[in-house]
Amino acid sequence: MFENIDFTLVNWSRAQFALTAMFHWIFVPLTIGITYILAFMETIYYRTGDPEWKRITKYWMKIFGINFAIGVATGIILEFEFGTNWSNYSWFVGDIFGAPLAIEGIMAFFMESTFIAIMFFGWDKVSKRFHLVSTWLTAFGASLSALWILVANSWMQNPVGTKFNPDMARNEMTNFWDVLLSPTAVNKFLHTITSGFVLAAIFVIGVSAWYLIKRRELLLAKRSIVVSASFGLLSSLILIATGDSSAKEIVKTQPMKFAAMESLYEGKEGAGLVAFGILKGKDLHKNLDEDSQAEFHIKIEVPSMLSILAYNDPNAYVAGIKDLIMGNEERGIMSYHEKIRRGYEAQQALVAYKKAQKEDPEGEEYKALRARFEDPEFNDDYMRYFGYGNYYDPDPEKLEANAFRMVPPISMTFYAFHIMVMLGGYFLLLFIVVLYLVFRNTLHTKKWLLWICVWTIPLAYVASQAGWIVAEVGRQPWVIQDLMPTMKAVTNIDAGAVMTTFFLFTVVFIGLFIAEVKIMLKQIKIGPKKKEE
Amino acid sequence: MSHLALQHYWWFIISVLGAVLVLLMFVQGGQTLFACLARDNDERTMLINVLGRKWEFTFTTLVTFGGAFFAAFPLFYSTSFGGAYAAWIILLFAFVFQAVSYEFRSRPNNFFGAKTYEVLLFINGLLGTFLVGVVVASFFTGSQFFINDMNESFWQSPLRGIELLFNLHNLMLGLAVFFLARTLGLLYFLNSISDEALESRIRSKVPRNAIPFVVSFLVFFIWLLFRDGFAVNPANGEVFLQANKYLHNFLEMPIVGLLLLAGVVLVLWGIGISIFTKSNKGIWYTGGGTFLAVLNLLLAAGYNNTAFYPSSYDLQSSITIVNGSSSHFTLTVMSYVSLLVPFVIVYIWYAWRSINNKPMTREELKSTDSHIY
Repeated sequence: MFENIDFTLVNWSRAQFALTAMFHWIFVPLTIGITYILAFMETIYYRTGDPEWKRITKYWMKIFGINFAIGVATGIILEFEFGTNWSNYSWFVGDIFGAPLAIEGIMAFFMESTFIAIMFFGWDKVSKRFHLVSTWLTAFGASLSALWILVANSWMQNPVGTKFNPDMARNEMTNFWDVLLSPTAVNKFLHTITSGFVLAAIFVIGVSAWYLIKRRELLLAKRSIVVSASFGLLSSLILIATGDSSAKEIVKTQPMKFAAMESLYEGKEGAGLVAFGILKGKDLHKNLDEDSQAEFHIKIEVPSMLSILAYNDPNAYVAGIKDLIMGNEERGIMSYHEKIRRGYEAQQALVAYKKAQKEDPEGEEYKALRARFEDPEFNDDYMRYFGYGNYYDPDPEKLEANAFRMVPPISMTFYAFHIMVMLGGYFLLLFIVVLYLVFRNTLHTKKWLLWICVWTIPLAYVASQAGWIVAEVGRQPWVIQDLMPTMKAVTNIDAGAVMTTFFLFTVVFIGLFIAEVKIMLKQIKIGPKKKEE
Repeated sequence: MSHLALQHYWWFIISVLGAVLVLLMFVQGGQTLFACLARDNDERTMLINVLGRKWEFTFTTLVTFGGAFFAAFPLFYSTSFGGAYAAWIILLFAFVFQAVSYEFRSRPNNFFGAKTYEVLLFINGLLGTFLVGVVVASFFTGSQFFINDMNESFWQSPLRGIELLFNLHNLMLGLAVFFLARTLGLLYFLNSISDEALESRIRSKVPRNAIPFVVSFLVFFIWLLFRDGFAVNPANGEVFLQANKYLHNFLEMPIVGLLLLAGVVLVLWGIGISIFTKSNKGIWYTGGGTFLAVLNLLLAAGYNNTAFYPSSYDLQSSITIVNGSSSHFTLTVMSYVSLLVPFVIVYIWYAWRSINNKPMTREELKSTDSHIY
């Protein structure tokens, strides 16, 4: 069944999108979080009138400005890449996916760019109050923009509020609120923006810690730490809570991703959580078959914890990778084999529909097929597995083998998940310690801890990227869960063209990254202006 | 509203966004003029800064234009972007560089040096305007693609959009947009900088950009009126070539035709007063005229049973506002969202006025509170 698929093209397209998305995500979380930190600082300035707070606000604003532009620059690439590289995807779900992107532009981008201009250029041109409002609106604008793009992403993970239209051969939106307010979207939004808050807090703490180490800007550094560590602590709690609720959501909507996150091959009751583990073997997902077992070099397991994480019940059954593929009647899990068969039937129905429509749009056959696509049962039992049909093969052995291909890269998902969780816990601890010491006014004496704060900055970025790896690599082979595999989503184009643009993007991104880091480090070294008039 | 009415409404919104985009391309046009206008550093800094406070709006409009096209006419999005891959990617790169150049240019230790960022701004100004013109011209001249019955698209030219450059009619619109953007940039400078030496130099450059603009635009436009156009039979959706289709569109939709002419007159008026008088208000006339002209040109591409994204390879693959649009439900949802647009325009207006109410002077560059690029 894969003879029409150019996997070189698929892989380069994926590589290009991953490159752009990950590069974009280096800059965005800082923007999302630091705008609130700026707003808090300016609010204090507005309340107290203390010019030192204005100086602090303006300093971080400058740092923010350097970071902001490059996030904008890479954002536009992502938007257009849906069209340039994922043309079939853009058609198949554009009716749903396009809307949040357009709303993001109308609602969020204009807000952000308008009020950012006031933030930067308006200090002596508008009133103090209007300036403060603008800073807050910039922060809200950044979060709103995150909201809409995350709604779009969540819909790919959990396609709700939609129905397939055979005439257009695409999915169409049937309920906007289902799309906007699906639990997946709500969790993803909260989890992602609080991760941005935490990253920004760590960034501000880290830079401030460096000033304390250098015995410069003591007041600015301490005040910045108080604001950002409080913000970080609060955000961490929400981050962890929404991480937990996300896990419960994933178990329901993307059980394969969940199993891969824990490298759970066999389903069990009272499943334990691997707190720390190193997997044995490589290319686990490529060598998977009925007899595969998860093997670890080292493993520290918390008993029953995975069942609790998934269902809030220590005895609950958690399905493993092999149960999902081979099915488990006792637990009511349908096998991939069956899903592929049903998806294939749905796809064949569409082909027959198109044929009948062309040949005799008044005929009985066409009417019968049309009724079939309207039938809720057909939609529920067959259309929802539409994407599985691409793995069909008339040879039952090959079909079985194809079913085992439908797993995400297991070790990558596993490690990304564990790195994210461990770092998340560590950040919470760090905020508590830093906050405690800064209130006791002894933080500046603990040089070792200050250095830890500095070196936690890169870790925040690692955790943030790891989160997206779990979300995006973990859902493979799907670009839209159960409806469209990644390999069917690409533009019909030569792999060479995509390869060329991939390398162009790589060169440009490396150049931009070096420039950005150099400028940023220089500005940190220069520090804030000496005095605020 | 009926589905057809919504489709017309959304083509109108797309046309408005396209018109605003071309108008705001004064930023791009201005970026191509630093070298020939500025004699010293202060002048250069002033020029860059009056644009630097506006670039995000052009950029945001471009992004919104793309997003709205995706939401309202996804078939265009999937066909054109994936199809004319090379053209769109070049355009993308041009904009990526712009976004960072303003912020990075004047920062110490910026790795590439200020000059490089200025060159990148120039490239953005050149390619950003020219390629947009060429691609928009293909709305009238057609592209080579095929769409199958599952609505998957297949571009038929191995050049992936670059072939659009080999069409003289497309090139004319590319040149017209480029010189129009430069003219708008000059008029914007006149309006937003108060500096005598600079002003006379800016004014002297107006005719040198306005005349090429007028010539290339007229060639494009007259050619358009007399070429075969891509008409749709509303009864069965069949696409066929019709002689003088666009001339017919203007005659059959006289308001569109008249507003287009009014736009052209306003553009010329603004240029005229900037050349022959000491007025610095030209941008308002030429800007307003640009908006009207582009808006109505785009309306003529999609209204009155015309295929707005025609395929010259396979006529029946051509995209119209009927066969390429989103579902009734999505268009309805998006229409509610579009009610926010006037509100957005009002706050942008208010914000611009509050920070830009007086022209920039050399003095302002020294002010400590200004964020200077």
